[in-house]
Amino acid sequence: MSTELPVLKDKDYASDQDVRWCPGCGDYSILAQMKKVLSSIGVPRENLVFVSGIGCSSRFPYYMNTYGIHSIHGRAPAFATGLKCTRPELQIWVITGDGDGLSIGGNHLMHCIRRNMDLNIVLFNNRIYGLTKGQYSPTSPLGKVTKSTPMGVIDNPLHPLSIAIGCEGTFVARSIDVNIKHLGETLRRAAEHRGTSFVEVYQNCNVFNDGAWSYATDRDTKSDTIIELEHGKPLVFGKNRDKGIRLNGMDPEIVELGKGISEDDLLFHDEKAAEPSLAYLLSRMRHPEFPEPIGVFRAVDKPRYDEELNRQIDAARAKLGPGDLNRLFNTGDTWTVA
Amino acid sequence: MSISTEGLPATTKHVIKLDDATVRLVGDSGDGMQLLGTQLTNTSALAGNDVATFPDFPAEIRAPRGTRAGVSGFQVQFASEDIFTPGDRLDALVAMNPAALVTNLGDLDAGGILIVNEDSFEDKDLKLANLKSNPLEDGSLDKYHLFKVPMTALTRKAVEELGLSVKIADRCKNFFAMGLVYWLYGRDLTATLRFIESKFGNKPDIALANERALRAGWNYGETTEAFVSSFRVDPARLPPGNYNNVMGNESLAWGLITAAHLSGKELFLGSYPITPASDILHELSKYKNYGVRTFQAEDEIAAICSAIGAAFGGAMAITTSSGPGIALKGEAMGLAVMLELPLLIINVQRGGPSTGLPTKTEQSDLFQAIYGRNGECPLPVVAARSPADCFYVAQEAWRLAVRFMTPVMILSDGYIANGSEPWMIPDAESLPRIEIQHPPGVENGEQVHFRPYERNERLARPWALPGTPGLMHRVGGLEKEDGTGNVSYDPENHEHMVKTRARKVALIAQDVPPQAVTGPESGDLLVLSWGGTYGACTTAVERCRRAGLSVAHAHLRYLNPFPANLGEILGRYQKILIPELNMGQLRSIVRDTFLIDAIGLNKIKGKPFAVAEIVAKINALLKS
Repeated sequence: MSTELPVLKDKDYASDQDVRWCPGCGDYSILAQMKKVLSSIGVPRENLVFVSGIGCSSRFPYYMNTYGIHSIHGRAPAFATGLKCTRPELQIWVITGDGDGLSIGGNHLMHCIRRNMDLNIVLFNNRIYGLTKGQYSPTSPLGKVTKSTPMGVIDNPLHPLSIAIGCEGTFVARSIDVNIKHLGETLRRAAEHRGTSFVEVYQNCNVFNDGAWSYATDRDTKSDTIIELEHGKPLVFGKNRDKGIRLNGMDPEIVELGKGISEDDLLFHDEKAAEPSLAYLLSRMRHPEFPEPIGVFRAVDKPRYDEELNRQIDAARAKLGPGDLNRLFNTGDTWTVA
Repeated sequence: MSISTEGLPATTKHVIKLDDATVRLVGDSGDGMQLLGTQLTNTSALAGNDVATFPDFPAEIRAPRGTRAGVSGFQVQFASEDIFTPGDRLDALVAMNPAALVTNLGDLDAGGILIVNEDSFEDKDLKLANLKSNPLEDGSLDKYHLFKVPMTALTRKAVEELGLSVKIADRCKNFFAMGLVYWLYGRDLTATLRFIESKFGNKPDIALANERALRAGWNYGETTEAFVSSFRVDPARLPPGNYNNVMGNESLAWGLITAAHLSGKELFLGSYPITPASDILHELSKYKNYGVRTFQAEDEIAAICSAIGAAFGGAMAITTSSGPGIALKGEAMGLAVMLELPLLIINVQRGGPSTGLPTKTEQSDLFQAIYGRNGECPLPVVAARSPADCFYVAQEAWRLAVRFMTPVMILSDGYIANGSEPWMIPDAESLPRIEIQHPPGVENGEQVHFRPYERNERLARPWALPGTPGLMHRVGGLEKEDGTGNVSYDPENHEHMVKTRARKVALIAQDVPPQAVTGPESGDLLVLSWGGTYGACTTAVERCRRAGLSVAHAHLRYLNPFPANLGEILGRYQKILIPELNMGQLRSIVRDTFLIDAIGLNKIKGKPFAVAEIVAKINALLKS
């Protein structure tokens, strides 16, 4: 009898359920990349758990042949937290969206990230409520006309990565649904990181918010609107890679290479920087003023809540011995009635 | 410099023997009354008395000093016979200031012992207490046996050699009061001296000052002519065994740890601090070496959701809260019902609605427990009846949760949570194991058609754990297809599943002991009670029976579903009286379930029943 692990292919990660996202939805691409990444990282399927909340993205676990919980709106990080604390050997993915993660579930997302629970959170950002058919979300731009904002959105949008960095995120990254190679690589990095990995994926809702990210995906414009981050490399972009980002004081500015400006003058990316200032600055670069960075903004090693919790359990056992009920019952002053 | 823990010789004065005594200690919320009461209780328990306590304190940590709003109290009854309540009326009241005196005096019997700190009855104190005249001088205390003791001055004198500041010295006056009460009831100082040594061991000055104040109080009783005689309450005739004095929240925590141990599980608690449930979190967090993982979540919702996550992973999962927090957990409880995972939800009830009366007791969350979720969403509800009973209820709830794969709610209340009573320590080996089975995996990871909602004879589904090869499955809040657990919008399936979940919970009635009744098997009147009113109802019914009345009593542990024989029992009596600390919630459910016109005795004052209130109602019903 062979003891070798069976070699699994992408399709082995598909459940027997029909995928019910709208044709053309960006979620299909993320699902495909996820299966591909999982088949390459060697975690047995039974040790994978997908946890989601409510929304289009949150149907994701039903389509994966792994363990999964389709939970309630916004709370997926909390379910994942309890599971990870008690079953640290499992690899847990939290699938959420801009409404689920940043609106109703903002509190849980914030605390999960600051605890650095060893989870991978993928936030599908389509800047709209899809499952409830077209209301604005916390990432919808100002002025956006939606079903619930006929005269335009008047609340300031959130930047998911700025939130994650503000919550002391140890792994913060961004990718795009149709940029499949980059997306796959980003998910792989997220899976490898120990601690909370937070990945924002620009995802197109072709029914309720089609083209929300077209500036970042159109062949004609993307080389000017997107800048790929690489650790230790200068921030260069443009079709001819002739433009870059330079720091002017504390502010980024776009400069043209040549004419006395070389790559050495540019901002160099450092995903391992101890302070999150650079990552935060990058998260604030928004279209159309700046090209928007994709890739890993920040990847640092910090203690993880689940490990620390279990370390305390081990330490208590080492010091006090394992639990003994009879000792427990006799805690404090006791007396005997003859 | 360490203190002496030697007790003092017995009193040389006249001693009067009592069957029981009810004492209340009242002062400012910063005066250390809870500490005083706890020490007196433990010392009385160690002396072999049966004890029952009722701490009563404001929600504010330090309300304005000397005001009525800031009064904190601790009542204890100790007895040489079995008792079930902390007593209705007081034999002795110790009041540290005028506000404490006037807000509690009404409960002291005429002729009762009243000890006051005379030094705190100056004009400013009277003004803070909103008093126009000094009760020590205006004759209003004439009907009591009043002892005016200059406690502040005597305490300062007792500790003066230690060179402490006046502020620190004055903080010791609760120990002076304690010493005096100990003398009055012939209590040994040793246990409290040991407590002082361990609590203040790293502050020798404070330890010594407290010791001296305690001894000074005792000596004051022994030497002052005003105190002619002291009292003695003999040990109670409790069943033989080893005892520990337990508070409700503590006993509940120990019961949970025990249940985890008996079922071979590690315990996970997801909780958010809330009065009066927080002490369960505090207590459980001490026992990490028992494999107890406590998680203080960011809010009530995350607390229960983390517990459900842990349950999915195979832990013994618990969440603890009180009414307002339970309201926030409603949606997640519904998910737990849908996922059919074992989970304990503990509600230590307090006065409501909304923030209500956080530190006061009430039984007003019964409807919330049984009905408080969207959709057809039944879950079993069990209620503890006393501090020691919490230990057993915790185990029983977990047994039901895993046998039927369902969330179970445990109801306690503020009165049980903070009250204490002697608990006979069981032998851990004698406690019944709780069996749990998880379906085994399929070797070499071959996928099988695992059916996560296949049911056994109890309609329980398998508890398949992540990490098990071949059993990969998804659960979620959308309606499930029976058997496969796949999402289903089929109308027939939905009705089938709603009925199946309800039937599963109803089946629990066959799995729990039949309802017991004390007293006549049929007759004029049955008192039906649940939860923390157990002690008052038991005592009232016993008292009425001793007076020759025919009264039966049934106390419910299982509130959903009811024990299978309850309807038959209720049919055997002419009248059913249901005393409750709410507007009649159990009464409504009993009427609805059995079409019986039960009579209510309802109190919504944030306080437990006095025995006399129930006795009066029984008398009135039997006369009419």
